[in-house]
Amino acid sequence: MLAKRIIPCLDVKGGRVVKGTRFVNLRDAGDPVELAAFYDREGADELIFLDITASSEGRRAILDTVRKTAAAIFIPLTVGGGIDSVEFMGELLQSGADKVSINTAALKDPGLIQAGAARFGSQSIVVAIDARRVKSAPPEAPCWEVYSHGGRYPTGRDAVQWAVEVEKLGAGEILLTSMDADGTLNGYDNALLAAVAGAVSIPVIASGGAGTLQHLYEALTLGKAHAVLAATILHYGAYSIRSIKQFLSEKGLPVRPVNRYAFNYLPEEAGA
Amino acid sequence: MGKVAIVDSGCANLSSIHKALLRAGITAFVTSEAKAITGAAGVVFPGVGSFEHAAALLKQKGLDEALLQCAAAGKPFLGICLGLQLLFSCSEEQSSATNRLPSGLNVIPGKVIRFSHGLPVPHVGWNRAVPRYRHPLFEGLPDGAYFYFTHSYFVQPENPGHILALAEYGHPFTAAAARQNLMGVQFHPEKSGPAGLRLLSNFGKIIADPDLL
Repeated sequence: MLAKRIIPCLDVKGGRVVKGTRFVNLRDAGDPVELAAFYDREGADELIFLDITASSEGRRAILDTVRKTAAAIFIPLTVGGGIDSVEFMGELLQSGADKVSINTAALKDPGLIQAGAARFGSQSIVVAIDARRVKSAPPEAPCWEVYSHGGRYPTGRDAVQWAVEVEKLGAGEILLTSMDADGTLNGYDNALLAAVAGAVSIPVIASGGAGTLQHLYEALTLGKAHAVLAATILHYGAYSIRSIKQFLSEKGLPVRPVNRYAFNYLPEEAGA
Repeated sequence: MGKVAIVDSGCANLSSIHKALLRAGITAFVTSEAKAITGAAGVVFPGVGSFEHAAALLKQKGLDEALLQCAAAGKPFLGICLGLQLLFSCSEEQSSATNRLPSGLNVIPGKVIRFSHGLPVPHVGWNRAVPRYRHPLFEGLPDGAYFYFTHSYFVQPENPGHILALAEYGHPFTAAAARQNLMGVQFHPEKSGPAGLRLLSNFGKIIADPDLL
């Protein structure tokens, strides 16, 4: 059985981590490579870099960051933000990313999902969906609208239908953010998660709203998510990946354990 | 320990595996030269993508002969993902040009088949590999350690003795296979955190002391 994944998300800008550096005791907590290596050692199952700059200098910077990070971590790395061509996907994957996450560009041109999946395989293509509850929808029949450009513009698309479409086009995973819940620390929008996860057979990564361990558990059970993205709860919260996994494991969910022996079983680099 | 050749058949990004081997204490180099491969102390054979395409590339570059030579010479050999699958006789992956099943190196009898149980394919994520018997490749790892998988096909050895470890995805499938000096894993040790690094360092120990096998 597949383990439920805990995925720290780092916001990177111009080669620096711009959020989520507060509690981490590193020589340079703004260095994405160091922070990535830290989360790898902590037991993260994957990492996601969201690059907020899409300028050409920004692109060179993220390729360089990806190259250095991929050399320092031994878990899968996903990179997203401003990816709008198969060529740039290829550059990121060649630089050492394992998956690329596309959002606004896929809404503009859904064929990009298909082209990316055909070239690199579905397992490399994540589609990020930012969704907001439609206020006028009755509570007993909620629905969600997809937003583009980091949640700024409504697209008129229904989130569940869009999810079904991206799966058909070849997406290997969906990264689903509730714009309503994001930043609230009041828990995920589990109804949204369950509606999407129930409509597709590819994994759904829950994002937005986690404030407690119980919230993570609920997203993975009520929300039927396969993985949880952890940003604020990890970067600023009191929770370590170890404590998250221990909690989920005690609740009976399969997680990849973070064992003390994990790094001891390396001959040279123990504790490195 | 001598150097390990990472076989570059032109269908995979090899920097991850290279870095992981270094981290596991193994000096390795990437090569697509038959001579360099047959001269190496051990062989790591990664691969992603289509079985037929990769098999054709091996032939085209004359690497199939070099790999067969290494296999016959008793050189420690580790296939990864598609590299494991290519050790087998044939794949049921649809051949584009002919009606025949595309054939692999055929050094472990058996075939490569696609998941068809209705669960999402590819099988992507962390899953547990449980060794069926004690083997130096899994030395020091807890039974059922998690490894990172991403694949649509899996190998089915004719001889169950060649099944080294099993994982479960709808049904049990071969997560690792071994036949004497030939070893292969369906998962990606270079993406499997400390467990993967330990497995690679175990491979290094086997190269240093082939009597471990």
